[in-house]
Amino acid sequence: MSATLERPAANRRSEQYVSFTLGGEHYGADVTRVQEIKGFDSVTRVPYAPPFMLGVVNLRGAIVPVIDLRMRFGLKQVPYDSTTVIVVVRVAGHRGERIAGLVVDAVNEVHHIPAERIRPPPQLPGVGERTHVEGIADIDGRLVMLLDIETLVASSIAA
Amino acid sequence: MSATILAVDDSASMRQMVSFTLRHAGYSVVEAADGVEALAYARSNAVNLVLTDVNMPQMDGITLVRELRQLEAYKFVPMLVLTTEAGQDKKMQGKQAGATGWLVKPFDPKKLLATIAKVL
Amino acid sequence: MAIDPEMAEIVKVFFEESNEGLEVMESRLLNLDANADRETINTIFRAAHSIKGGAGTFGFMEISQFTHAVETLLDEMRNGTRAVTSDAVQVLLQAVDVMREMMGLAQADRPILCASADALTARLAEILSNEGAAPEAPGAAAPASRPAATPAALTPAALTPAALTPAALTPAALTPAADAPKAGESHWRISFKPHVSLFKTCNDPVRLFDQLQALGKLEVTAHIERLPPLGAFDPTECYLDWMLDLRGAAQKEQLTEVFDWVDANSSIQYELVAPAGGAPAGGAASIAAAAAPEPSTCAEPSTQTRPHAARERTSVPASVREAPAPAGAPARAASAQAAHKLGAESGSIRVATEKVDALINLVGELVITQSMLGRFSDEFDLQDLESLRRGLSQLARNTRELQESVLKIRMLPISFSFNRFPRLVHELSRKLGKKVELQLNGESTELDKIVLEKIGDPLVHLVRNSLDHGLETPEARLAAGKSETGTLELNASHEGGSIIIEVKDDGAGLNKTRILAKARERGLIAQDATLTDEQIYNLIFLPGFSTAEAVSDVSGRGVGMDVVRRNITDLGGHVQISSTPGQGSTIRIRLPLTLAILEGQMLRVGKETYVISLVSIIETVQPKREHIYSVAGQTELFKHRHEYLPIIRLHRMFDIEPDSLDVEKGLLVVAESDGRHVAILVDELLAQQQVVIKSLDTNFRQVPGLAGATIHGDGTVALILDVPSLIVKFLECAEHGVGLAA
Repeated sequence: MSATLERPAANRRSEQYVSFTLGGEHYGADVTRVQEIKGFDSVTRVPYAPPFMLGVVNLRGAIVPVIDLRMRFGLKQVPYDSTTVIVVVRVAGHRGERIAGLVVDAVNEVHHIPAERIRPPPQLPGVGERTHVEGIADIDGRLVMLLDIETLVASSIAA
Repeated sequence: MSATILAVDDSASMRQMVSFTLRHAGYSVVEAADGVEALAYARSNAVNLVLTDVNMPQMDGITLVRELRQLEAYKFVPMLVLTTEAGQDKKMQGKQAGATGWLVKPFDPKKLLATIAKVL
Repeated sequence: MAIDPEMAEIVKVFFEESNEGLEVMESRLLNLDANADRETINTIFRAAHSIKGGAGTFGFMEISQFTHAVETLLDEMRNGTRAVTSDAVQVLLQAVDVMREMMGLAQADRPILCASADALTARLAEILSNEGAAPEAPGAAAPASRPAATPAALTPAALTPAALTPAALTPAALTPAADAPKAGESHWRISFKPHVSLFKTCNDPVRLFDQLQALGKLEVTAHIERLPPLGAFDPTECYLDWMLDLRGAAQKEQLTEVFDWVDANSSIQYELVAPAGGAPAGGAASIAAAAAPEPSTCAEPSTQTRPHAARERTSVPASVREAPAPAGAPARAASAQAAHKLGAESGSIRVATEKVDALINLVGELVITQSMLGRFSDEFDLQDLESLRRGLSQLARNTRELQESVLKIRMLPISFSFNRFPRLVHELSRKLGKKVELQLNGESTELDKIVLEKIGDPLVHLVRNSLDHGLETPEARLAAGKSETGTLELNASHEGGSIIIEVKDDGAGLNKTRILAKARERGLIAQDATLTDEQIYNLIFLPGFSTAEAVSDVSGRGVGMDVVRRNITDLGGHVQISSTPGQGSTIRIRLPLTLAILEGQMLRVGKETYVISLVSIIETVQPKREHIYSVAGQTELFKHRHEYLPIIRLHRMFDIEPDSLDVEKGLLVVAESDGRHVAILVDELLAQQQVVIKSLDTNFRQVPGLAGATIHGDGTVALILDVPSLIVKFLECAEHGVGLAA
């Protein structure tokens, strides 16, 4: 009988990450948080929201907010085209779970990144806090920034 | 073969309570919400025991016992009436109508099962 | 410790039943007077009796004990030993309140401690012991004995699997434990002479002997003297007598217990031949004969006395109290009204089976239509176009009917809310010394469960207000040439997609002068403002308003009416008051039938579409330049029927590019909220349609100016405007001199 406590499911890393590209940079999100990938459709603008809050979309009857990550991270804007996708994530919300959409350039594969290969994010000004990067890893020679999706979404909505 | 008990009470929660207790002890239970329903059932079905409340609208338990005793198949089926503490006269009336015995409400499940075991 | 789910359900049924029973008691009691027919009293008695029995069975002893006195009082009334007096009825009505309170506590899994119960118990005891008993009734002096309290160990709570095993239910275990058995054996001789009709009640001597066998060594001797000759022998009659010798540590109570059911028509004598510890009276105990006791008649094996082996044991719990009902139970001080739950707040709905059947049928039709349309996806040619069209329109019809049907499930008749009023009016009019007749109309009018629950309190306040301030005392009424008894009407009806509720009284009406004066005094209106009658009457909805000189504890200070209106507008409804001095007042409430669906007006500003609730729209006008005024270079006002309405430029508030900045080129939607009128500038009005309201809050957050969102037929999202918060936001922006969205 093991004496170690099980870490609560919320904290447990699956060690699988969905990677996507944004402005030439690579990011990763814990696969357990990602619900689906959807094409970029018409978004209805919502007043009194920051510019990176594009608005809301209909996801099979659910009203889901859409966050433009390029704007959120302060990267250069590009026009949306047929390759633009929305990563639909599921995070803890104030009333149970909430679903949100993140606009990215493209989605790549799912990578297995064991905890040992994750390094803490660099202490550059603006990075880490604003971009909610909780760690970085080297995948096939590329630098992938792993995002803390929970706080990213929560802070975006509260803004 | 498990015994079948006809439980009659106008209170759904009491019926369900009795039914729950009896079923878990292995009996089959048929529920009736009042004397009229019970009598109608009894006319075409036999049971091993009848358990009836006294205070019911339309036909009270004592009348039910009396009516049931008229049925050929129910002449020798044990029947218990559920009376309250103060219902001494009900006990006697029940007896006169042909009831085998009585149970005093509120009764606990063990007592119910014990009493039923005595007559089945 | 988990509660057995089935048990928890049964207890829920008990609560539902009991609450219904309390309603029955209350409504019958309200009509009870000296000429009451026996059947009515019987009905009230039976309701109390059931509640008492159930409470005892499920372990709510305080309720059972309290109800006992109530039941006794009712019993005396129904068998004529006690007269039905209005005082007694009052006490019984109070008892019903207490019972409701106790039920509420029990349902919320809280200790059933109720101060009013103790007080009322004392009062009931007083009445029972001497008051009001008809003179011929003897022995009314002794108050009814308390019901036997079921010891905690024997409640359903103690129903464990172990308790139901065959071992636990052997004859030995079943016979009641006597006090600590005295040392040594005693020898009882029992002479048992049953009546011939013993068998007719299915009492079998063999079983009695089995039970005795469990208490000691039994020797049975049968006497057959009474056996008739074969020709006259009826096998259904009992002609035998028995002499029973029991040696063991048995107590007399245990013996009488065995014969309990038969002693009424049998002759039984108990003789203690040799007390415990003493030598047997006559010679050595014939142990040999008693060694293998056998009943004289052929006995069925004693395994008969064991119940059939239990099968699946569910693990039954230690406590039968169910988990507290969510959300509903208020922490308010115990008052009859507070405890007067619909039962609906427990999170479940009772639905008429017809509604469910209708639903099932509609789903069936939908499935058929869908499969019919499914054919077209396989192969389609232009000839099928007409069939396709028909199929689609059928689909539309099916869906619409289904939607209506589903919504109907949440609808309940308003009688659930109206039901509390007979009692309320009865109590209140007594207290105020006024004579009032309550008329309820349209009780079967249905509305959404949530709307129903939330309209209850506002209605109570309005009724209290009418009784307190509207209706006059009998003397004042007579002096005014009216009948002594005032009338209070509660009317409910459907109108379009709304339900209309009216609270109407034929009292003194509203005093315009006093209202105006108060409003001016409190600075709620300008000193020189001229208002229509209707506007004056509706001033009473403003916060902090009250014209009552003395603050009566009945309707409280003027905090009521504005809260009432806010509650109503929160539900998406409207309230208005009209009055005729000397003749009475009418309060008219309009509420949406359902909260999930909105009758909406689609409108366009620039490229964006929005929905506004039809109920909030007064009218839409094409503005003319001469009606538009500018104030301080910032605010724009629109003159509309003697009123100056602020113009809300939606495009500015939401940062949208409109078709044109010119008011004259757009449309003004005159909207109402909380008595305020505004004019919202839009580019175009689109269709009116029913929309399903979806919350923005689930995944996003509340947005000022918006009530939610809805999904268009084309799958895109349209935002629903919320006039009240839009106005608040507008005023905020105006204050800061900001006209733009943040």
